[in-house]
This record gives sequence, C-alpha cells and structure tokens, in this order.
Amino acid sequence: MAELIPVENLDVVKAIVAEHREVPGCLMQILQETQEKYGYLPLELQGTIADELGMPLTEVYGVATFYSQFNLTPKGKFKIGICLGTACYVRGAQPIIDKVNSILGTQVGDTTEDGKWSVDATRCIGACGLAPVLTVNEDVYGRLVLDDIAGIIEKY
Amino acid sequence: MKEVTFKINGQEMTVPEGTTILEAARQCNIDIPTLCYLKDVNEIGACRMCLVEIAGARALQAACVYPVANGIEVLTNTPNVREARRVNLELILSNHNRECTTCIRSENCELQTLATDLGVSEVPFEGEVSGTLVDDKSDSIVRDESKCILCKRCVAVCGDVQNVAVLGSVGRGFTSQVQPVFGRSLADVGCIRCGQCIVNCPVGALKEKSSIQEVWDAIADPTKTVIVETAPAVRASLGEEFGYPMGTPVTDQMAAALRRLGFDKVFDTGFGADVTIMEEGTELLGRVTNGGVLPMITSCSPGWISYIETNYPEFLPHLSTCKSPQQITGALLKSHYAETNGIDPKDMVVVSVMPCTAKKYELKREELKVDGIPDVDISITTRELARMIKEARIMFDQLPKEEFDDYYGEYTGAAVIFGATGGVMEAAVRTLADILNKKDIQAIDYEMVRGVQGIKTATVDVTPDLAVKLLVASGGSNIEKVMQQLKAGELADTHFIELMGCPGGCVNGGGQSIVPAKDKMDIDIRAERAKALYVSDAKITKYRKSHQSPAVIRIYDEYLGEPNGHKSHHLLHTTYSQKPKLV
Repeated sequence: MAELIPVENLDVVKAIVAEHREVPGCLMQILQETQEKYGYLPLELQGTIADELGMPLTEVYGVATFYSQFNLTPKGKFKIGICLGTACYVRGAQPIIDKVNSILGTQVGDTTEDGKWSVDATRCIGACGLAPVLTVNEDVYGRLVLDDIAGIIEKY
Repeated sequence: MKEVTFKINGQEMTVPEGTTILEAARQCNIDIPTLCYLKDVNEIGACRMCLVEIAGARALQAACVYPVANGIEVLTNTPNVREARRVNLELILSNHNRECTTCIRSENCELQTLATDLGVSEVPFEGEVSGTLVDDKSDSIVRDESKCILCKRCVAVCGDVQNVAVLGSVGRGFTSQVQPVFGRSLADVGCIRCGQCIVNCPVGALKEKSSIQEVWDAIADPTKTVIVETAPAVRASLGEEFGYPMGTPVTDQMAAALRRLGFDKVFDTGFGADVTIMEEGTELLGRVTNGGVLPMITSCSPGWISYIETNYPEFLPHLSTCKSPQQITGALLKSHYAETNGIDPKDMVVVSVMPCTAKKYELKREELKVDGIPDVDISITTRELARMIKEARIMFDQLPKEEFDDYYGEYTGAAVIFGATGGVMEAAVRTLADILNKKDIQAIDYEMVRGVQGIKTATVDVTPDLAVKLLVASGGSNIEKVMQQLKAGELADTHFIELMGCPGGCVNGGGQSIVPAKDKMDIDIRAERAKALYVSDAKITKYRKSHQSPAVIRIYDEYLGEPNGHKSHHLLHTTYSQKPKLV
C-alpha cells in the first residue's frame, strides 16, 4: 500500500479537483480519490474541495457523510473488516466482532490510539462460502472460530 | 405559452404547461396538505404529505413536484390518499418531540395543524427517536433536533436564498439530520444569524434565543431605568400576532402595550434612523467630494455585516462607518438622555424590539460599545414582544392609541421606511437632495428604489450637476451577486449601495411573525408589510425627511454639533473586521 499523504499537503487534493472539476457530478470521484491518497476526509480536505469547486462545505460534507465508504477520521495501518452479510451473521459474525473489540479495546468504527488498528463492520464481501469472514487490509480469513482471532491479530 | 388540460376531482381545468398539481389545485380551491413545500424555494417532494392519486398510475404521486400533463385525472380525496397521508404523518409524528403544549410554536405549527386537520388522534408507532441535540450556543438561534422533521426548508432558505449554507443534510437514513458541518454549533460556522431558517421552519426546531426573562427582570428591578426602542418594521408585523390582517400598522397600540408592560420610556428606533441618515448622508457626501472609497455601502443590517466580514473582508472599507439605528439610538440614550436626565448609564437598561435575530448578537459586539458600555442591553424580536404582551394579559386590540414618548420617540417618514428594502436609500436621497439644492423639495417618492425585486438600480439627478448612481439589494443570494459585480469592478461608477440581509428588508426579517408556507403561496409578505410602512410615511408622519425632524435638529444643536463631528465619531461610528468562517 502506498504511503498516505499528510493532510498538510493540499497540493494533491487540489490536483485531484483540477482533474475532475469540469465533469458534472464530479464530487464523488474527487472524494474517492482524495480518500485513497490521504486515507480519510478531514475538515481541511473537504474545505479545500469545497473552495476549489465553489461549492458550500455543507454540500460536500453531506455527501461525505451519506456514503459509508467515506471516513472522516483516520483509519488504522491495519484495517479489520468483519463481514456482517447475512451468511456471516448467521454463522456467528457478532461474537467475532465482540472478540476483536475486546482484544483491541475498540468499538466498531474506532481506530486504536496508536493508529495501528481500525475496526469496521462491512456489508457482504462475497465470500459467503467461507463465512464467517474477516479481512485485514487485503488479507482474507475465513471459516473463523473465536480462538483464531488472537492469532490473526498477533501476525501484524 | 402552451397549456394543458386535465381533470381534478372530476373538474376540468386548463393551466400553463409546467404547472404542478399542487399549484393547479390551489387555483381551483382544492387544498392539498404540505409540510416540506415552500413556494419557489423548496419543492422536493420529501415529506409525502401532498400525495394524490392519478388515474392509471401505479403509485400515489407527490403533487408538489408533479407537473400536470394533458388528459390526466387527479384525485385528491380517495381512501388510498387519505390513508397514505395519515400514515406518513403518523410516522413523522412518531419521531417528533411532541411536547406541544410547551412548544414555542404551539398553535402556529404546521405539523400540529396538519395533525388536527387530518384527524390524527393517536400515534400508533413507538420506538427509537433520531435527534436529541439542542444547540443553543448562538446568541441568536436555537436549534432543537428533537423537533426537526427533516423537511429541509431551512436548508433551502439558508443555502439557495441566503447563500449562507451553514445548514445541510448530514448522514443517511434514520440517523440523518439537518446540521452544520463536522458537529459544529451554528455559532461556529459563519451563520449570519438572519433567522430566515426560523421564519421558514414549519415546527419548533428553530427558534430565537429568548431574552424575555431578562427584560422582565430589568423591569422588576427598581434601581434600573428601563427604556425600550422599537424598530420600524416591528409595527408592520406585530398585529399579525393578534389577528390583524397583514400590513396593518399597529404603531399606536404597540406604544400603549409597551407602557403597560412597564417600560419607563417608550422610544423609537426611527429616531436613530433619522440620525443615521444625517451621519451616513454626510459621510457619503464627504466620500464623493473628497475622493473617498466608493461605492459606499450601508451598515444597518447585522446579517449583511456578518456576511461581508466572513466572505468579503477586503471590501470592508466600502462600508459606511455608521452604526445601525438600533445602536445609534442606544448610544444617544446612554449619553445625551442619561446626562440630561441625571441617570448613570450603568443604571439604564436599553431594550430594543427588532424584526431581527441578528440584533441579539450585534448589541454584544465589542467594537460597538462606547467606553466599554453597550449601547443596547437586550434585544427581543417582534415575536417575543407579542409573547410578553400575551403573558401580561394585555388585550392588545382593546388598547387605546398612544404615542411614543417625546423627543427620542419622534421619527420621520424617512425613518419608517427603513424597514423595507430601498427605504434607507430613499431616506438618504430625500435629505441629500434638499441639502445640496438648499431647498425643501416636494417630489420625494423615489419609486424606483421601492418594491420587492432582489436587486434594483437607479440614477437620481440630485442636483443639475450631480447624478448619483444607486443600487439596492436584499437577501444573501442577491447580495452575493452584487459583491461579485463589485469584485469584478463593474460597480466603480456607483455611489451608494443599500444591502439588507433578509429578502425584502427588515419587514421580512427573521424575528418577525411567522407565516405558514401555505399562506405564502398567495401573498408576498415582503410587499404586504412594506405597505404598512409606506402608508405611515405618506399619511401619518408629520415630517418625511430626516433633517426636518425637530428631534434631530435638537440633538445636533444641543449635543452632537454637526454630523460626522467629533462627538458623532465617538458615539455613532465604528469599524468592522474580518471574521473566520469556521471556528
């Protein structure tokens, strides 16, 4: 994974806006690419996007909070996503979430203070045959039982 | 224009193409309930109260956004329609804080009215509620999420009409809210406190920060001399709170009511408005003759002041240095009146009654204080005054007609029209023309700056040698257009600009009586209320030019010396500074 750009560097977000600004409805694309580069969408970045587009910040913020894919707070270096799709849920995803949270001292949506971990519940990720499933960044762990969790976390 | 013919409840109608079912129904006196609808401002089909049946259509349709098509048959009163509207209303009510008897909007609530009209006698749905936050950090506006029904009228008004856009939709689904960005308070996001969100809210989710108790406390304190000043626009709206038709001036009953509330003196902000004309007119003449910064822009509207301070600080030198009439009246009360009556200004409480919520903030501004003493101590809105009158059990319609107290209660027709867009401009031109021509000019109805258009321009030949170019605008989005023109250098030959934060000026201010959206479909409240002021100007006031007011002549003779003189500068002028958009 590429190194994230610090929020102080606004040149990158300005370049992203410049690239898309002529396209009607470009805000989603801009938010998506900005989040890819910076990892999240804090006030500084949303404010820059609003100013560059000549759009009220409330409108940018409205879109950023409407879609669950956008993060307003930084995510951890390792992002745990626990699938809460139907198959995973009936196969015991909730106890898996509880276990992860109890080990990391987090709640769903949180990032640990050291910035290493963040925990999110996801929609179906399409690995129902492996239910229950969790992902750590790009790695997928399936057919989980509670005793697997500590070992998975230790690997990172 | 192309026309379409259709049937509504069996009745055939022909309307211009593009007319919505809601508008067409209104034309033939068929009422369709609405909540989120605000004519020309918010037409989004969100609340689903205006559902109607269209013969052959699969589902019920929202009448506010459905343009009439040739040959359709609309039914507004079928079992399906009634059932759907009722269930939708019950669902809205189930997530609304129904403390109706203690709500500020009780009996003036569009949701309450609908519940009564549609016969909702119980709310069958129980469960989680989505909003609990009450944001009361702002000096002017309180936002209560527990009452918000997400109609987004405030969002549309704040963004599209006022170009302020500090309220927006946040989040999604059941937890969605109308909020400022990033969990900020309205006090911290560049809100200009105009209160247009309040007067367009159908429920009690937005209201002014009440100062009523402070006023009662001051009146009850025997050590305080409590003086009230009332703004011109208040008299054009206060009557609505007591059942008078819109546009009825209730000046004399208002003076009587204020006395009965217990104020020691009942004065008028019109006095300060007349002084404003002397000061501002002199300032303008000075700038024209000495090559000062032009165009000069008025500074009476605290909403507009906040707008320029946050959005166009580089143009602050264009602002007149005059304080607003509220502050000028207060400053003269705490100096000249206090001195001549042997009262310590610290023992005086000046209360202003304003059509405005931003005035509550204005009076607290440090740069407006004189030697640390605020000009005005408490400001209440037209609505708050009505509440006080009701609480005191004063029978407003039975009151005798009384006058304001002497001297500081005297005002001219020029001062009265300050309350309507173009009024300050007209008042200034009346005085300028007289002074420059050294005679009492009789033709003083400057119709070209009157009316509710958002932006008005005129050129007036005040003398054979001087044609002044004038521009008048009201409402944030019109102000924005003017500022863009100014920025582009297109207004370089304009001399004087009047800008007011609220559309139509103070008569439509955020502190005025609240008119249901339904009534606003048929009447333009800006024009109706302005009529009351122009009638006062033409028929009631003895003098129609500020410089002819005996009170004005006296205060300059006895106290101020000359306009823009040393004393005036100390008491009546100020400067403004850049303010951050986000705190």
